[in-house]
Amino acid sequence: MSEPVVIVGTGLAGYNLAKEFRKLDGDSPLLLITADDGRSYSKPMLSTGFAKGKDADGLVMAEPGTMAEQLKAEVRTHTRVTGIDPAHKRLWIGEEAVTYRDLVLAWGADPIRVPVDGDAQDAIFSINDLEDYARFRAAATGKRRVLILGAGLIGCEFANDLSSGGYQVEVVAPCEQLMPGLIHPAAAAAVQVGLEGLGVRFHLGPLLTRLEHAGDGLLAQLSDGTRVDCDLVVSAVGLRPRTELAAAAGLAVNRGIVVDRRLQTSQPHIYALGDCAEVEGLNLLFVMPLMACARALAQTLAGKPAEVSYGPMPVLVKTPVCPLVVSPPPRGMSGDWTVEGSGADIKALCRDASGRLIGYALTGAAVQEKLALNRELPALLA
Amino acid sequence: MKKWQCVVCGLIYDERLGWPEEGIAAGTAWEDVPEDWVCPDCGVGKSDFEMIEIA
Repeated sequence: MSEPVVIVGTGLAGYNLAKEFRKLDGDSPLLLITADDGRSYSKPMLSTGFAKGKDADGLVMAEPGTMAEQLKAEVRTHTRVTGIDPAHKRLWIGEEAVTYRDLVLAWGADPIRVPVDGDAQDAIFSINDLEDYARFRAAATGKRRVLILGAGLIGCEFANDLSSGGYQVEVVAPCEQLMPGLIHPAAAAAVQVGLEGLGVRFHLGPLLTRLEHAGDGLLAQLSDGTRVDCDLVVSAVGLRPRTELAAAAGLAVNRGIVVDRRLQTSQPHIYALGDCAEVEGLNLLFVMPLMACARALAQTLAGKPAEVSYGPMPVLVKTPVCPLVVSPPPRGMSGDWTVEGSGADIKALCRDASGRLIGYALTGAAVQEKLALNRELPALLA
Repeated sequence: MKKWQCVVCGLIYDERLGWPEEGIAAGTAWEDVPEDWVCPDCGVGKSDFEMIEIA
């Protein structure tokens, strides 16, 4: 029997690649390996689950057995890859060697942990996969007050979701506006007002320095001296692509695992996509680029080498209290911003010196202009 | 009228509401949505949507 195509990871990247591959190749042996339980779910739903009243089981779309059947694949769950040996086209699971025809790394990214003093480290949760979500939901049952670390996209989505789910939410972040680096300050202000209307309290500027158990709850101390009473802490300060195993195997890594437009790493027959991959210098942790990569790589694995390209990739931020869609100017491009609108409805547009639209941030009713504006945007990776 | 959900990103298409900002009128049945329509959030095509409930 021929060696299998092996995909490490069964998140959106792993399963969607497998699905796209099976559309083109119904027969080649396919093996998926995951350190998790292998249940299929849609990751963006992790930040809308409280408002919708969905627990982790409620977010599951298919059990691994069902996925294996659908994909005509073997799915090995709770299995951690411990090494890669490119010269012999095999990987290691402890002492066990598994040989591959082609290997795909789709194992995602790790939440960044910030060091905090105090005796309540165990009350700090990151939510980056379904199992994290299940743990957090269990811990949050019967609790009331959540402190969120980080005011980036995910921090803001959680703030909206947890508020809508009935929690009292405070957010601490060492920045002057929400989602710095991603959106124009005017759009950030609109979202902030919206979230404050839900009851979210923001502490912008300081950091969490100390977290202690105090009575039934927790006492959080911020670097500006503020004290916040809470029951749980969610850390949403960013993700770091998992690169250690790849680096140990001699693959080129930078911020993520370095791949070319064919999603190939610095070694033949080893590919990467999703949150762990840096495609031509871009490490985009969003679904749309991931799907573009899955489709291109499926072609390559099916014997028709294809290069990925990214069109404009606007990101819809799930803050229903003040809808937001954003398309930051592509790297290396700069321009001037103009802001129209007021209150919750902000249209911030960035144009280059020749007047061409290169980015935008739209909130509230202005979100409806997205489609028309998308037609003017440049491609991210043409 | 039914609701359909994108299996990749969770976006819901509600036939009752349609998608006016994308030129799909309220009340448009899923089968009448153009075949080349893609999910505005994640870019998947119609084949990756599934029905979640009948309202």
